[in-house]
Amino acid sequence: MTWSEMQPLLTQGTYDTLYMVLWSTLATVAGGLPIGILLVLTDTGGLLQNRPLNKVLGVIVNIGRSLPFIILLIALIPVTTAVVGTFIGPTAMIVPLAIGAIPFFARLVETAVREVDHGLVEAVESMGGGVPTLVGKVLLPQALPSLVAAVTTTLITLIGYSAMAGAVGGEGLGSKAITYGFQRFETGFMLATVVVLIAIVTVIQLIGDGVVRLLARRGRTA
Amino acid sequence: MPRAGTPLRRALDSDGIPVITTSGLTKVYQSRGREVTALDGVDLHVREGEVYGVIGQSGAGKSSLIRCVNLLERPTTGTVTVDGVDLTALAGRGRRAGKELREARSRIGMVFQHFNLLSSRTVQGNIELPLEILGVSGRERSRKALELLDLVGLSDKAKAYPGQLSGGQKQRVGIARALAGDPKVLLSDEATSALDPETTRSILQLLRDLNQQLGLTVLLITHEMDVVKTVCDSAALMKRGRIIESGTVSELLATPGSELAGELFPVSGAATGPDRTVVDVTFHGEAATQPVVSQLARTYNIDISILGAAMDTVAGRQIGRMRIELPGRYEDNVVPVGFLREQGLQVDVVEEEDAAAALENELAVLVEDGAK
Repeated sequence: MTWSEMQPLLTQGTYDTLYMVLWSTLATVAGGLPIGILLVLTDTGGLLQNRPLNKVLGVIVNIGRSLPFIILLIALIPVTTAVVGTFIGPTAMIVPLAIGAIPFFARLVETAVREVDHGLVEAVESMGGGVPTLVGKVLLPQALPSLVAAVTTTLITLIGYSAMAGAVGGEGLGSKAITYGFQRFETGFMLATVVVLIAIVTVIQLIGDGVVRLLARRGRTA
Repeated sequence: MPRAGTPLRRALDSDGIPVITTSGLTKVYQSRGREVTALDGVDLHVREGEVYGVIGQSGAGKSSLIRCVNLLERPTTGTVTVDGVDLTALAGRGRRAGKELREARSRIGMVFQHFNLLSSRTVQGNIELPLEILGVSGRERSRKALELLDLVGLSDKAKAYPGQLSGGQKQRVGIARALAGDPKVLLSDEATSALDPETTRSILQLLRDLNQQLGLTVLLITHEMDVVKTVCDSAALMKRGRIIESGTVSELLATPGSELAGELFPVSGAATGPDRTVVDVTFHGEAATQPVVSQLARTYNIDISILGAAMDTVAGRQIGRMRIELPGRYEDNVVPVGFLREQGLQVDVVEEEDAAAALENELAVLVEDGAK
């Protein structure tokens, strides 16, 4: 396989991977953020203390995190078909990717929000602030550096998942590596996809770390 | 920083208007199946415009008490009334505060031991937070925040982050934030316990100034006797969830055997020999602007030794206790003692056994200390 043969495959693969990963990350944040916050608020001593709801959420999240992603991918085919109309292709892959990552991200959010000093919660309560104020003006801004780090981790995890999605009809670099690199024994192409993946992961991690550092610096030192 | 003249301990009479009242307040925690009683029937009356200190050791229930006043903790039984509003009636059932309770809270300021400022917001942003909760417009918020910063002497720190401030500065921001909603009442939860002595003094001075300038009623809890001594008009001593004694500092001083007065103004010392009379003279505010001891010496031509004293002079008035020794037995000193009483001072004769016992106690403490 020559470079000119590889290049369009890699370009298309990279595009599809980023497409799947970015959209599913957005969906994951939209779904996982409220769940993570609810896990904290409904816990004992929380402002919305609700043991049954907390337990149910906890169990759902744990089940979601225990299933191997490849199994989830197949198990969700009916759901994906119902939502997108097909279970093949990058758009269809967004559904299992997001559902697979939501429990993972929710736990990261829970940890980040739990780290916010309880004294701040008390302070806002003493000012007469309600739950929306607490979440919007205290928990999220205070946990922002940890939340950004959580999004970075989730993005990278989703890149890994998206490669797996290639095995069941998804597109992207994973799918290209399997089809060309693995099934056609093109070791050179396989290596090229790995290099591209490493580059993507590195760039995302660098950007994430940079943002976290910027946010964390605010307020700490001069 | 604007300052309100010399701090003045106002003589508050017992029938001022109560701003904070708790009655029969109890708080029982469930801890691993066991019941822990933090508050055991607390009746507290804080009058308008006074600085009221609740003192006690850790575990005495002070913290639960102050948290029950704005219902950050729900009392198990009893009622809390702040500025005429029965907060316990607004409490609702769950952990979550209803609209009315939240509104009532916004009129009660609170400052915390660990400041509890948002590190993600600037100093100005922190002070604006309660105003945002109150729905104040952006321009008005900014104006109010800067005005408050000026009041606490930090006008140059508006754009700084809390992480860039010293402990004392953080507490000033905490106080400015607590004042944002124009509260009538300020609750101070060990506000100076994380600060060094000098900063403590400046923060207490600020609280005193605000009390004077704004007529702010302050309820503070502390474990430091010095805090009570420095700023409080009234004080209460808490032990094991109960208030053991309470009253204005003058009232406490006038109460024979008051534990709090004894701790606020400790005196000790025993007669230096037989045929001596030892008396404790208590100065409680209203009287005693005269140098009575020297007058006594001059008028009766007697030699007076001061054995011990714990005095404060505030705005020209002496407050505290002094233990003095007069030559001769008590029978010989009826007239000088009468003279002191005429000056409006409280005079308690220290029995020799008392003094001896006190001395023995002191020796025992010294021996113990030596053994350590």
